[in-house]
Amino acid sequence: MNGRQTNSRTSALSFRAKRGICSSILCLIILSFCAFAQNGGELHFCLRTEPKTFDPLLVDEDASLSIRYLTGGVLARVNRQTQALEPELAESWKVSADSRQITFKLRHGLSFSDGTPFSSADVAYTMQRAMDPALHSSAGDSFRSGTGNVVTKTPSPDQISIIFPAPIVGLDRLFDQVSIMSSHSPKKEKAVLGPFMVADYKPGSSVRLERNPFYWKKDPQGRRLPYLDAIVLDIQPNRDVEMLRFKRGELDLINVLDTDYYDRLASTSPQLVHDAGPSLDSDFLWFNQVASAPIPDYKKAWFRSTNFRRAVSAAINREDISRVVYNGHAQPAVGPISPANKLWFNSSLKPEAHNPQTALDRLKADGFQMRDGALFDKTGNRVEFSIVTNAGAKARERMAVLIQEDLGKIGMKVNLVTLDFPSLLERISQKFNYEAAMLGFRNVDLDPNGQMNIWLSSAENHAWNPQQKAPETAWEAEIDKLMRAQASTSDMKKRKQSFDRVQAIVYEQAPFIYLVNQDALSAVSAAVAGANPGILHPQTFWNAERLTLNGTASARR
Amino acid sequence: MKAARVLAWIVVAVVCALALAANWLAPDGYAKQFREVPGSPPSKAHILGTDDVGRDRFARLLYGTRISLLLAPAAAFVSTALAALIGGLAGYLGGIWLKIARAATDLFLSLPWLFLLITVRALLPLNVSPLVSVLITFLILGLLGWAASARVLSTSASALRNSDFVLQARAAGLHGPRLFLVHVLPNLKPVLYAQFWISIPVFILSEANLGILGLGVAEPLPSWGSLLRELEGLISFREEPWRLVPLLLLIVVMTSFQALLSQEEVTA
Amino acid sequence: MLSRIARHLATVAALVLLGGLLAATLVRLAPGFNTDERAFDPSLSEESRQALRAEHAGEQNVFRFYASYLRNAIHGDLGISHSLGQPVKDLLQQRWPVTLRVAGIGLLLGWLLASVFAMLACLWQRPSSDILGTALSGAFLCIPAAVLALASVILNTPGYLAIALIVFPKIYRYTRNLLAKAYTLPHVLAARARGLGEARILARHILPVAGPQVIALGGISISLALGAAIPVESLCGLPGIGQLAWQAALSRDLPLLVNLTVIVTTVTLLANSSADVIIHMLRPREA
Repeated sequence: MNGRQTNSRTSALSFRAKRGICSSILCLIILSFCAFAQNGGELHFCLRTEPKTFDPLLVDEDASLSIRYLTGGVLARVNRQTQALEPELAESWKVSADSRQITFKLRHGLSFSDGTPFSSADVAYTMQRAMDPALHSSAGDSFRSGTGNVVTKTPSPDQISIIFPAPIVGLDRLFDQVSIMSSHSPKKEKAVLGPFMVADYKPGSSVRLERNPFYWKKDPQGRRLPYLDAIVLDIQPNRDVEMLRFKRGELDLINVLDTDYYDRLASTSPQLVHDAGPSLDSDFLWFNQVASAPIPDYKKAWFRSTNFRRAVSAAINREDISRVVYNGHAQPAVGPISPANKLWFNSSLKPEAHNPQTALDRLKADGFQMRDGALFDKTGNRVEFSIVTNAGAKARERMAVLIQEDLGKIGMKVNLVTLDFPSLLERISQKFNYEAAMLGFRNVDLDPNGQMNIWLSSAENHAWNPQQKAPETAWEAEIDKLMRAQASTSDMKKRKQSFDRVQAIVYEQAPFIYLVNQDALSAVSAAVAGANPGILHPQTFWNAERLTLNGTASARR
Repeated sequence: MKAARVLAWIVVAVVCALALAANWLAPDGYAKQFREVPGSPPSKAHILGTDDVGRDRFARLLYGTRISLLLAPAAAFVSTALAALIGGLAGYLGGIWLKIARAATDLFLSLPWLFLLITVRALLPLNVSPLVSVLITFLILGLLGWAASARVLSTSASALRNSDFVLQARAAGLHGPRLFLVHVLPNLKPVLYAQFWISIPVFILSEANLGILGLGVAEPLPSWGSLLRELEGLISFREEPWRLVPLLLLIVVMTSFQALLSQEEVTA
Repeated sequence: MLSRIARHLATVAALVLLGGLLAATLVRLAPGFNTDERAFDPSLSEESRQALRAEHAGEQNVFRFYASYLRNAIHGDLGISHSLGQPVKDLLQQRWPVTLRVAGIGLLLGWLLASVFAMLACLWQRPSSDILGTALSGAFLCIPAAVLALASVILNTPGYLAIALIVFPKIYRYTRNLLAKAYTLPHVLAARARGLGEARILARHILPVAGPQVIALGGISISLALGAAIPVESLCGLPGIGQLAWQAALSRDLPLLVNLTVIVTTVTLLANSSADVIIHMLRPREA
């Protein structure tokens, strides 16, 4: 699913150590920043699509998300490097024992970007608006664990209690996604609490953000943040052009860099590129297990057989994919959670080893036979199926070509069909007229509770067989039980136990055949000081208020 | 120039021969992945290097030539024939037929045919063989590509309708289809040959662009169009000049075609 | 004369309306119409998903949608784009000047190039004169539009140059053939034999013969330029209508697509009709 989860919950986990060269260079940069940094300058980078909305509660795609991150003030922020939840607009907070209530103590004397004072009334207004069923805010939906209204109590301008109708796991971390809006400013959503505010929007062209003069944060020396005067976001969907402009010095950052460009840049200017290690993203393949799908019955029988799916998984050479498609900037994946998610990853699982012989043995157990290099099932049908994927993702298309050859070696004939995204979506979510599909998942959320709609058999995003009336297999029933269990307790150990078991079942049954976890690659120009690229979005500008441009760059502009 | 035509014939013959001899010149085939050397520059084992997944570029060029060189001219012929029929005939007949043809052509030029193509893809079975898929793609391109030149042809043909020699032929007793085929159609040659020649590379490139809709060649089958699309990611030609070879080959072949056609274009 | 023009405009209007309806039908029937990428966000609640589905409720029946679109259009409301969340009228107003400039200048430049090379090929009576034009036009014809657009970004040349290079080969080939054919006609040879200068031959014998068809080509070339504008604008980052068209097509944005088709149909019809009118006016006699 090219879906993205917009709530980012984290837990205190130590980040994987960066490669030595990168960290020492970054230390040098940070030191030089202290010595040479100047205030001001404009940071330039690209948005890949047109931002659809500036209303922080309705944001659900990348471009708007980036703008919201830079302009919105939140009560508590997940630090993108340490993944700890840190106070922002709130000085402190307390979650009740039943996970239904959270009380924030807010900072005193803050103002919105137009001077309107900030108080608990604004938080209450934001929460009520987010939970308004007529608004359909995806940020609000994360809080919707049960029916009923949310109650907000504001005993003083600095204190607010929010009471939800049902317990919510990881309640405090969800507030990273709630950007506080003003309840009475005449500028409505244009009044913001973040380091920058939207100054100009040229549709189709660019978005200009300027320093918020009322931003409350100060650096340790007492200077007002942000250091930058402005950030200019150009709308540029084409990655070749983005790369070109970065090389020419017109752009300062590339937030998510393709492997090809990473290597090209690294060969000439290795200090500009950053590989922050495995990201949370994964690509995977799955087979259509919908009972009513318009595909031949004998194919349905193949796809519903665990042996068949595990055989396909064993036949795929993930090492080759990492090496050939990603040039080493990826690792074989084992499940929905990437090893970068240290807290939730089930470390007892190892990626399925590439072993065509194991694959053939598993197939034999199901009655498949090889004849003249082609595989036939027990009723004599040639094993041939199609994999649909979306066009335009070069890495995925290359992966598909490698998989096609790998499966060809065990006698399966694979046809690759690249489709435009809406046609693909219609096939996999409405008509179910597909056999196998390959997509990627951009995981923004560390907490697996955000993935309920994928693992519950009754849910819409349960890709291989969505919206089942009752679980059709024993293992799916077990996953349902475990997911509900992890959602009903705040005890981390119990939750991890349940979800570890979910990962183990997913590994054994392979409804999704996970391929690789890509590394988080990014590029930062030498003009920028203070960048510390990580794996959580926004990878390069998560600390935008502390970024500076050194003298040479400002002069050039 | 005689020498130019001879050269053109030689070029076309050589290219066809190479394409037909693909099985011998590139015995490993177009699909074999040499995974240890993806994206490698030209070497003894791979004259034009390997592509992103390690397939031999030279082999893919040869096999791709077969498909594109055969099907693109065929599709161009279909679209030219349709243009002659619709544009030429309507212009010749004049009156209401001309008006209808012009209106239909203008509408045809303006509609978003992308959606028809998407629908065609949806109607095809998922497991259609790559060859059938590319055949259908070129057929559709031929069926959709007639509109622009049909418009110009309608003007040419309607001018011819009232020209001296057609009137003379009529006076001499020639009527109907024979008049059209013998006297009118040959005079439409400039436009028809131009359209034929332009359509070939246009269809080759369009076939590749249709890949994003699921039409066109399916992996691992190569076509010139898909090879040319690889140029899109090339930021600097200096880095990997061998990737330009398919483009140069196409330009050379198209220029040769033109040299061969040039005699016919202007004679009546 | 006036009634003729009125009738003609009425035909154009009718065809434009028909074009809009056909486009709406094509889009509606194509697969993927009722899907929304946002449905793949696992954090959405059931109510939100239903709301997403309800957004498209007004577009299920093509005729009903088109009728309401026309009703609103008369009042100046062209609908709201799904993919961009803005009123279509605003989008078009912002973007059409860009396309007009880029496609317009590109087209003129393309015609200039084509005419120069075509004239060279015909006047310079040596066979090799044709080779230069053929090689150049062949080269640019074979380069994918996307590559030309990217090259113009790399070399920092303006977008209209890319459009000119995309359009010029097609115009050149037709023009050159038409002119060359005209030059072989008997009365031209006779005029040459009489010693008439090249310029007079061109004006009196070539242009009247080849002229109408070249003008018809002019009408078509506007469609070619608009078509070329789509990849060029998208890749060169020019916020014009071409960029909008691509975006709309990929996201099945029905209101936007119908409006764009109406515009393109109108422009095409007007361009070709004007060409017809000019040809008709220039024709000295009609049997």
